[in-house]
Amino acid sequence: MRVNFTVNGRPQEADDVWEGESLLYVLRERLGLPGSKNACEQGECGSCTVRLDGVPVCSCLVAAGQVEGRDVVTVEGLADHARQRSCGGSSGNSLDEAKAWQAKGTDSQTGEGTELAPIQQAFIDAGAVQCGFCTPGLLVAADEMLERNPNPTDADIREALSGNLCRCTGYEKIMDAVRLAAARQGEAV
Amino acid sequence: MDFLRPASWEEALAAKAEHPTAVPIAGGTDVMVEINFDHRRPEYLLDLNRIEDLSAWEVGEDSVRLGASVPYTRIMEDLRAELPGLALASHTVASPQIRNRGGVGGNLGTASPAGDAHPALLAAGAEVEAESVRGSRRIPIDDFYTGVKRNALAPDELIRAVHIKKADGPQQYSKVGTRNAMVIAVCAFGLALHPETRTVRTGIGSAAPTPVRAKAAEEFLNAALEEGGFWDNGKIITPSVAKQFADLCAAACNPIDDVRGTASYRRHAVGVMARRTLTWTWESYRRADGTTDQEGSVA
Repeated sequence: MRVNFTVNGRPQEADDVWEGESLLYVLRERLGLPGSKNACEQGECGSCTVRLDGVPVCSCLVAAGQVEGRDVVTVEGLADHARQRSCGGSSGNSLDEAKAWQAKGTDSQTGEGTELAPIQQAFIDAGAVQCGFCTPGLLVAADEMLERNPNPTDADIREALSGNLCRCTGYEKIMDAVRLAAARQGEAV
Repeated sequence: MDFLRPASWEEALAAKAEHPTAVPIAGGTDVMVEINFDHRRPEYLLDLNRIEDLSAWEVGEDSVRLGASVPYTRIMEDLRAELPGLALASHTVASPQIRNRGGVGGNLGTASPAGDAHPALLAAGAEVEAESVRGSRRIPIDDFYTGVKRNALAPDELIRAVHIKKADGPQQYSKVGTRNAMVIAVCAFGLALHPETRTVRTGIGSAAPTPVRAKAAEEFLNAALEEGGFWDNGKIITPSVAKQFADLCAAACNPIDDVRGTASYRRHAVGVMARRTLTWTWESYRRADGTTDQEGSVA
């Protein structure tokens, strides 16, 4: 079947989609957006977290046909989404732009020269990335929480990220990163 | 596999009548796991996401009509006052991502003994609104669970809503697991005080082939509270009464040993949760402000 939906602000069309396929599979294998990670395929790990009509969900548990006509934001569109939120107005990301997006600029260690969402920059600055597999899901979940709750307590952060597993860091640097992003967001206002 | 996408409730009922083996999918948090792992290849998936009515609720005089697909997030944020037990239970479901998609209709459809909503529904008192092209009926929650992952629905029926009695007294919910998030209950317990009828109702999860009430424990406690004039004098419940209630709740279990826990652990834990939730709810009743203690609770 064919599925039409909006990804990172642009209308997209996925063809030859199997009826039992997940949104995650469509994003990665049909649209070439591998930012959302496939780990557990049962909603346990949160690596595949995307926004569906603004709400964070595990894309591995959304049937492809269920996204017909709906709006999806993936980690590839996060920088654009954050920019839109702060300045308003954007035409969204094309698939090619999204595919070409990398967390690499003139200096991959600092994120300089790359367009990053504030939460992405904070993850780099706080050293919250080790193997990086859980990072996209954490970024999408953390960004959504900061949108909803600009001054989160530690308990708020822990709860918002409770559906995202990281097997490397022990979470402390991730907590630091989210606190940092919240503090910077507060300064910017 | 065919993907059926009804735009209205009537279309969904017609599709289910035509294809009784069609598997309804709303939040997908159970169904998609089975498909991803190749445990299930339904001939038809029946998507209910486009039926907006299923994500709405109405607060009536005595009960809340909760659409089958109202996500747990909405229940815990918007229905805490009316459905405190279910709101607490909803907060223990998996993770924010799952609570944003899953709802009580799916919990009932799957009818796993470990479903988090069941003990709260049993304790509050509820009816399941099931419908087919043949008509609509209300199934009392006590008759709904018929076996392990089995329920009273006919093959052509869909769950439209759940009618849950609004709290007329304090309610509590407790769940045992290895951590707060992403846990399938080792066992769970729901308790609701109903001061208007001077009764107590319970619900036990994950400790029998189906979610069950501890009816002997309820009857014992109803009698003990009446006899001691507790509803009127608001005295602290005597420890011997609380212990007897806990023992009878443990005795209502019919658990198995599995990877999450042993049968004897489950029985013991249900007794502990029964005693604790009784203490919490009774303390809140004694404060006599009629409001429910809404603090989260982890046994």
